[in-house]
Amino acid sequence: MKNEETVLSEREKILARVREALSVPAHVPGAHGLAPLAASAQSSAAGVRQWLPKVGNSFAEQLGLFQKNATELKTDFQLFDSAEEMRQALVRLRDAEGWKRVACHSGDLTNAICPPLNLPMLRTDKAYDVHEMEACDAGISECDALVAQTGSVLVTSRSAGGRALSVLPPHHVVIARREQLVADLPAAFALVKTKYAPDFPSMISFITGPSRTGDIERILVLGAHGPKRLTILVF
Amino acid sequence: MSTFATGFLKQARVMTADLRHRKIIRTALTNYEIVRDKRKGAFQSWESARSAAAETKWEAVNHLDKYLVEFVSKLEARGTKLHWASTGAQASEIILEIVREKNARSVIKSKSMTSEEVHLNDALEKAGLEVVESDLGEFIMQLRDEPPYHIVFPSMHLTRGEIKELFERELGDAPSDSPEELTMVARRALRKKYLTADIGFTGANFAIAETGMISITENEGNARLTAALPKTMVSLLGIEKVLPRLEDLALFLPMLATAGTGQALTCYNTMYGGPRQPGECDGPEEFHVILLDNRRTELLADAEQRDALHCIRCGACLNACPIFRNIGGHTYATTYSGPIGSVITPHLRGLQDWKHLSAASSLCGGCTEVCPVKIDLHHHLLHNRRNAAKEKPALIERSLYLIFGFVANRPALWSLGKKLGRLSQPLHNLVKGSALDPARSWTQTRDLPPLAQESFKDWWKKRNR
Amino acid sequence: MTITLFIPCFIDALFPRAGISMVQLLEGLGHKVVCPPEISCCGQPPFNSGYWDEARPVAAKVLEQLKDAEAVVIGSGSCGAMVKKFYPELFAGKPQEAMAKKVAARTWEFSDFIVTKLGVTDFGAKFPHKITFHDGCHGLRELGIKKSPRALLAKVQGLQLVEMAEAETCCGFGGTFAAKFPMISTAMGDVKCASAAETGAEYIVSNDSSCLMHLQGLLSRQGKPLKTIHLAEVLTQK
Repeated sequence: MKNEETVLSEREKILARVREALSVPAHVPGAHGLAPLAASAQSSAAGVRQWLPKVGNSFAEQLGLFQKNATELKTDFQLFDSAEEMRQALVRLRDAEGWKRVACHSGDLTNAICPPLNLPMLRTDKAYDVHEMEACDAGISECDALVAQTGSVLVTSRSAGGRALSVLPPHHVVIARREQLVADLPAAFALVKTKYAPDFPSMISFITGPSRTGDIERILVLGAHGPKRLTILVF
Repeated sequence: MSTFATGFLKQARVMTADLRHRKIIRTALTNYEIVRDKRKGAFQSWESARSAAAETKWEAVNHLDKYLVEFVSKLEARGTKLHWASTGAQASEIILEIVREKNARSVIKSKSMTSEEVHLNDALEKAGLEVVESDLGEFIMQLRDEPPYHIVFPSMHLTRGEIKELFERELGDAPSDSPEELTMVARRALRKKYLTADIGFTGANFAIAETGMISITENEGNARLTAALPKTMVSLLGIEKVLPRLEDLALFLPMLATAGTGQALTCYNTMYGGPRQPGECDGPEEFHVILLDNRRTELLADAEQRDALHCIRCGACLNACPIFRNIGGHTYATTYSGPIGSVITPHLRGLQDWKHLSAASSLCGGCTEVCPVKIDLHHHLLHNRRNAAKEKPALIERSLYLIFGFVANRPALWSLGKKLGRLSQPLHNLVKGSALDPARSWTQTRDLPPLAQESFKDWWKKRNR
Repeated sequence: MTITLFIPCFIDALFPRAGISMVQLLEGLGHKVVCPPEISCCGQPPFNSGYWDEARPVAAKVLEQLKDAEAVVIGSGSCGAMVKKFYPELFAGKPQEAMAKKVAARTWEFSDFIVTKLGVTDFGAKFPHKITFHDGCHGLRELGIKKSPRALLAKVQGLQLVEMAEAETCCGFGGTFAAKFPMISTAMGDVKCASAAETGAEYIVSNDSSCLMHLQGLLSRQGKPLKTIHLAEVLTQK
């Protein structure tokens, strides 16, 4: 590596150029001046919320919106009345897809829901072999939140079994409680901050539908590199 | 005329004559417009969102030193190694040093226009490394040994048939020309690479100062895998990528998706704040972030065009641009094409060499209208023209305008000019469209209306006599 | 009101009937129209090519002619944008800056002046044809004019307006751009003409003669039956 001094000096050179450049003030964009900027800095979440797509006020509306978004995104979303129903649904998934081995992490929900699968299970609670995970038929994880506005699942490296569990196996199954539904993106970011700041997980990810691409003639294909299927089970 | 300008004119002639190509691009972008408009319509106020995004970027870019220092110190506090590169060559050198230190043999890359800008693949391949692009479009372009056609849709100009042939030739694997099957070919080919690559390389869409995170937006999951599996992760980003606060993403992520691809949100939006942290089960042991200047500070110093650094690389201005649609992405011969490329390339690579891109515009303003962060794109094209002419006027052109001005300000002369024009019209008809025609650049493809026998001013004068 | 009518150079020399129609329409509403005889051109060709120092004397002469006008009406969105939007920028920091701003504030594009300022839409015109409307980019995006010309067309008897898919797409003229990059300009024009033809219209109508000159040039060369006509001329048809 370069010695510390050179690295520092490049940093200082760039910052010096930045400061010199900024010594000439730029005009403020359009009708927006310094005063509104300061204001928007303070009320940014509230401000943004009124311009983003509508989410509805009641929990039922938001749940309905999540469901609608999930369908559009080709996410398989299933809602249950009890943990038991959810356990059965997971077993049905296993049978339908012929799972032989799944990857999973330990958590209150996973521990409660996964045992009836009766399958060899790769645990990601500590370091694991990626080749073994690659051979798994599904990755089962918890999440931090579901976002009604966008139909997204919010996962982190801490809440959802690391970085790879939700993208390496061909099928990602999320298990969640309905209380985990949040209205919109501002609420989701607020939750990340309250839950983790300042010790954030090294990865925070919004997953919005199964992996996809449109790089060939702009035609939608699922399962480009990440999972072809995304199932969200909620009770 | 610069050699770049000559090349541009030549290529523009070829591409505008390629009706098949123009149709492919038009069809793709018309479909994009339909979904984008639907998503824009879902916003309670897209226009207010644009203003807010412009303000936030203004705030970030006009206090760039403060936010960069905050971003860097937050990242370093959690074990990320920060590097600063003044030039593209320095950025490549920093990565090569990491490669040497890690004794690395292969690099898996997720999509990064900044790495195109610094020609990273060339540098790595010269050093004997295997470099694999993992984004499907980029993978296709890498197999073709061509730069990306478009900053968001790298292979949009290719048909499935062409991609099938390419996969057959390069991979020996192309069961059919169905996009589904072709995508699966790439998936299979790349799976192995993620698992064996020594270094995972990514770009970044945003850098969050407040929390010290980079944010990556993607659809395929290739960046997620790139950032999960290899032992070392390296991310290269321009210094202008900074956003002040984490919650700014609540606005920028849906706006980038809407403007970029017409999605409500791109499939994976991921923030990385460090290497694997204590208690985490996977992720890279080392995380390097390289901040690149590469003449961005020169653009920053141009207060008039500073807002060009607000760009979030969504590609909306390319999609809207009738020039881009008719000449295609490769004709620009720049990393960043379309209106934003025409604005910033003269700053990044030299005004006199690249001023032709600013001239090659009808200044229609379609780009400015769709820009989610309200960059004054088409006016900056005008500003580049002004700066170029001021710095180094073209002798003949300037003389013509001086004569024009002289005549325009002398109504008798102006009127005489019109009369002479009328008289010489029959002569012009003799040479119309031929090599002798002074108006050839117009008359080759278009008729010229005849000068009226009685001009408006003649009529007005007669009437008020 | 005394209206100072600025007839663009290309209307003066090539399409005088559009200018004559504007005079007739404004006078028909009972206003006094004056046309400053010393105005040749707004200075856009050198300005858009980046030769601002060379454009300034031309623009200064225009300003001088317009400085005392009560209302300036310009028969083109493009020249209108030049005076209203770009003169203040061209003269920023120059002695004429205040004058440029004053004139800009009193300047209108023709159709917008009639509809927005005068509140008139109906001239009792008759034009029994199917038409499509081309929005000139400068009028549309620099001056924000979209509704006014349509409000005027809506009152023309027998006229059927069919919007084309590419109504807001540039026709490819772009002033000197059309001569510097003829292949790109022509390709853009072809897209526009094809879109207009798709509507089945007989005429492309616009409030900007410069765009129409480009489109008509292409259509005539290609032997297409589609014709072009300025909005003001449509409004004087009986």
